[in-house]
Parts: sequence; C-alpha cells; structure tokens
Amino acid sequence: MSTEATSDLDLEEEFAVKRSPIQRLQMTLHRYPWLSSLIVLVVVVLIFGLVNERFLLPSTISLMIQQTVIVGTLAIAQTLIILTAGIDLSIGAIMIFGQMLMANFAVYTTASNVLPIAGQNPWVAIFLGICAATAAGAVNGFLIVRFNLPPFIVTLGTWSVFMGLTLILFKARTIQGPEMPDEMKLMGESFPIGPFNFSIGVITMFLLYLLFAWILKNTAWGTHVYAVGDDPVAAQLTGINTKRVLFSVYLVAGVVMGIAAYITIGRVQSASPNVDPMLNLQTITAVVIGGTSLFGGRGAVIGSLLGALIVNAVEMGLSLAGVDQSYRTTAIGLLVILAVGVDQWIRKVKA
Amino acid sequence: MSEPIVKGRNLVKRFGSVVGLNHADFDLFPGEVLAVIGDNGAGKSTLIKCFAGAHLPDEGEMWVAGEQVAFKSTHEAREHGVETVFQTLAVAPALDISANLYLGRELRKPGFLGKVFRQMDKKRMRQESGQHLQDLGIMTVQNISQAVETLSGGQRQAVSVARAAAFGSKVIILDEPTAALGVRESAKVLSLIQDLRERGISVILISHNMPQVFEVADRIHVQRLGHRAAVVTPQTHSMNDAVAIMTGALQVPENEQTLTPLGSPA
Ligand SMILES: Nc1ncnc2c1ncn2[C@@H]1O[C@H](COP(=O)(O)OP(=O)(O)OP(=O)(O)O)[C@@H](O)[C@H]1O
Ligand SMILES: [Mg+2]
Repeated sequence: MSTEATSDLDLEEEFAVKRSPIQRLQMTLHRYPWLSSLIVLVVVVLIFGLVNERFLLPSTISLMIQQTVIVGTLAIAQTLIILTAGIDLSIGAIMIFGQMLMANFAVYTTASNVLPIAGQNPWVAIFLGICAATAAGAVNGFLIVRFNLPPFIVTLGTWSVFMGLTLILFKARTIQGPEMPDEMKLMGESFPIGPFNFSIGVITMFLLYLLFAWILKNTAWGTHVYAVGDDPVAAQLTGINTKRVLFSVYLVAGVVMGIAAYITIGRVQSASPNVDPMLNLQTITAVVIGGTSLFGGRGAVIGSLLGALIVNAVEMGLSLAGVDQSYRTTAIGLLVILAVGVDQWIRKVKA
Repeated sequence: MSEPIVKGRNLVKRFGSVVGLNHADFDLFPGEVLAVIGDNGAGKSTLIKCFAGAHLPDEGEMWVAGEQVAFKSTHEAREHGVETVFQTLAVAPALDISANLYLGRELRKPGFLGKVFRQMDKKRMRQESGQHLQDLGIMTVQNISQAVETLSGGQRQAVSVARAAAFGSKVIILDEPTAALGVRESAKVLSLIQDLRERGISVILISHNMPQVFEVADRIHVQRLGHRAAVVTPQTHSMNDAVAIMTGALQVPENEQTLTPLGSPA
C-alpha cells in the first residue's frame, strides 16, 4: 500500500492557508463554543465593575450566583435536550410538579388531594419528587421517540398537563418554609468560602455541571448525544440507536429537573406552584447565550452556566446602575438575538 | 464453486407508492469486487442499504456468509462483518475525525474507569484513527481531533472510506466512494479496493464512472428499474454494452451473463 502523502488532500497545506484574524477567531470559537460566552461574561463583569464598585463586592457576586441556581440547574437539562436538536418547554412545569410533590409528601396538608404516602419522611419525599420529575421527563421522551412528534409541540402540551396535574393533585396551596422539616430546605443552607457565601444548592449545581461536562466529553453516550443532534440519519447509519439515545436524554433531563426542584425549595424556602412562569424561556436563554446551537449537535454544558450568569450579571449590573426593569428585559432580549447571530456565524466555518 | 458471501433473492422495497426495489436478486462471491451500475434511481443505493442494515426489505430473502439475515440496524450488519460507506457518507459533522471513525463502537478505557464510569479511551482512538488514515494513504492528517465539517468533501469521503476499511471483516460496500474525489485520490481508492480484495475481503462498488468500474471490477451487476437486469464482466462486455443494458437498449440472455465468477477470481 502506498504511503506517500498526496499533497492535494494534505491537511497541513489546507490549513497553512493564510487566514485573517477574524477567520481564526471564528475557527477558535467553533472549536470551543462556550468561549464566546466566557468572553462576554468577563467583559460584562468588567464594565459593570467599573461603573459601580458595588458590583464587584463579594456579597454582590455571591448573591448573583445564588440567584442563578434555579435557572442554572434547569439549564443543564435544557442543554442536554437542545444538543439533540430538541427543546423542552415543560421544564418549569416538571420542576414545579416535582417540588410540590416533594413538599406535599413531606408535610401533611388537608388541602392536598394526595395522602402523604412518604409518611412525612423528608428523604423519601425528596426521592419520590425526583422520581416523579424523571417519570415526567420519560413521558416527554416517550411521546417524542415513539410517535415521532416534534419536541416543541409535545412539551408545549405536557407543560400544561404537568401544570394542571400539579394543581389537581396538590391544589394551589403554597407550603411555607416553617411547615417543612429542615431537610427539605437543606439546599438553601449557606456557608462562607473566603469572602463569598455559597449555598449547598449552588455547590450542587456546580457539581452537576462538572459531572455532565465530564459525561458529555468522555463517554460514548455523550458522543452519541452530539451525533444524534448533529445529523440523526447519519447517526443511525453508523449504528447508533438514535431512539434510545433520545429517550435517555429526556429521562436524564428529568432527573436533573427533579434535583432542581429540591434546590428550588431550598432557595425559595417554600414550595409554591406559582414559581416564575418564565423559567422555561430563561433556561433556553441561558443555553443559547452559552453558545449551544438550537440546531443541535454543538455546544457545551458549561456554556449554559456562563449564559445564566451573564443574564444575571446584566440584570444586576443594570439595576445597580439604576436602569429600569423594562430596559433590562429589552437588553436581555437583544443579548439572545446577538447570541443566535454569533452562533450562525460560527457555524459557517468551512475548510 | 463457492457459495455467495452475500445473496439476495426477490428483494422488494417500497417507499409509499415509489418502488425502490422490484424483485431484485443479488450475488456477491467471496474475494471478488462486484461493481453495481445503473441509472439514477435504478435502486442501487436501496439494494445495498438492505445488506447494510439501513433498510429492511418488504419482501424477499437475504443471506450473509450462508446465514439468512434480516438486519434491523447497521449495527447488526456490522456484526456480520458487513461495513458500508454510504452515499451520504454518514458522518457527524460537528464531531472530530477520530470520534467519527469510532462512532457507535467507541473504545473504552481498560479497568475501573472504563467499566464503571464508561470512560472512552480517546487517546487510543486518536492514535488508531491516525494509523488507519495513514494506512489508507489517501490523506495525511495533522489534527485528528479536527471537526469533520471543517474538512473538504473529498477529505470527508476519505474519513468515511477509512472507517469502512478499518473495520470491515468480510464485506465492504462502497456507494459512490469516489464521487467527490479528484483523479489522484480516486486512484488511491481504487488501489485500496484492490488491497482489500487481496486481503480476501469482498467488495461491492457502486459507481457511475465506467472506466473505473471496468478497471477494478471482477463482475458488473447492472441494476435497472429496481431489479438486476444482467451481470456481465469487463472481459465479456464493453462499456457501450453496459450502458445499453442500463438503459434497456440491450438485453442479455441468461446464458450470456456471468451470474457466478469466471473460473477463480484473481
Ligand atoms: N428514503 C426514501 N424515500 C422515498 N423514496 C426513496 C427513498 N430512497 C430511495 N427512494 C426512491 O427509490 C428509488 C431508487 O433510489 P436509489 O437511491 O436506490 O437509486 P440509486 O440507484 O442509488 O440512484 P443514484 O445513482 O442517484 O444514487 C428512487 O426512485 C428513489 O426516489
Ligand atoms: Mg444511490
């Protein structure tokens, strides 16, 4: 067999081609999709830090990270799903469902339509809540995979279903912090690390990010998630069981939503069905700003953490600068559009 | 006379009202290079996709190495030693070259990390991918961890061919593997096909390039309107004959065809 190198197909030559700095930047961002969001975060922090020194106080930064914990954790689930070229509009509803189930099983309330089968044992209640969220994720996955339905429509439907189910089973009653045993609020416990103040929930979120970053990068399952999102037909032709991968993603996302439910109780110090109705969209915002492509197949989970932090930093920075809420909302919107534009540009990289 | 390594009888595949395969027969004998030619839409890709595990035929029977098969996935076909370069290449553009070579059969780290944490052995996958590509001699790769989408069409094809050549143990199916390649690279792929034959691997080559087909094929399966119109050889028929069979202008009686290899294939 001939081993002489053919010059035409020689990558070295191919890439020795002079590239403009812009093209090189494009290539680099293409390789590391989260890099642009890291740059944005640093720039945002520097600008707001210069404008108002209170922005860089450890207490402000601690608060900002605390405020990110719910969206940040849910964004992990959303990232997994968006990597498969899907989307989950029911994330918030599933989280609330899991959270209400946990709280109602940990506390006996006459308002509830369910008996506290967990026997008011908080750990059993938490476990059941995570199981319920996992099952809800599995329902999404099943509908999408089995009947080949678009994730957008399925989760739009299940969003209402899980919301309704929550109200039917647990009524609209908020379970207040003092009603619940301390174990239920554990994720909200905070402790100092240096000048900063972290909650157990924040640490849990960070650990989840590390875990999923590792899994996506180092396991065959991770590779398959990317392959399925990138080109499902090609993935199937290479022998990947695309349906199983897709289903498993919704299942795993459900587990994460369940953990997010527990974290939320700690953060909010109560369990209410009226948590922020914008949660679904906020997770999508975080993922998109984090550099993960809505078309699937490219992105990194770490980017979504950066994305969630950017949103909070902009919110916080603008509000410290005395900017009105409506302008802040507008600014976040523009940021999302910018992020999508940058993604499109990065995707145009070709040899 | 040896038995065919891949055999199909009466294969039918419909796509709604479109008939992709219309009672097609097929025979590939051990150690031969069989070219499959035919007009666009004649059902060449559909035919090989049945053996590749990408399609399950609606009717008919298939055998691989004497065993009757009905592949439900490409994974099953691979387990029977059938490896395919699809016309669409079947690569994941955002993944790098080595991830693509090992897609669906990733190597795991030895020991605890691999077994319990299912960690891939990326280093070994990179090394071996580099080796496979080098063995192939059709491209030298500087950076095996480069995303496939940043490669040229020809380079992508090379990746896809390398994947099949690296893993195919009995049969390799190439669906227009030289379509995006220049003259030089096409020649490399043809010499690769000859190497594979020398290694005892049977090859199915789909191509529209007649000179190529006549250079490398032992026998030529002509597909027309979803079925096998004739099987000829470069020795018994000319390129013009082959084109005439493709278009239906020429019909070859069965006793003038080469349904089994002539003598012993070189
Ligand atoms: N997935 C599909 N869905 C619907 N029709 C299909 C599908 N695949 C193939 N066909 C149809 O089946 C017929 C045979 O197609 P096939 O791809 O096998 O042709 P081919 O011989 O490989 O052509 P080409 O030389 O263009 O690659 C065509 O009429 C095509 O339109
Ligand atoms: Mg074809």
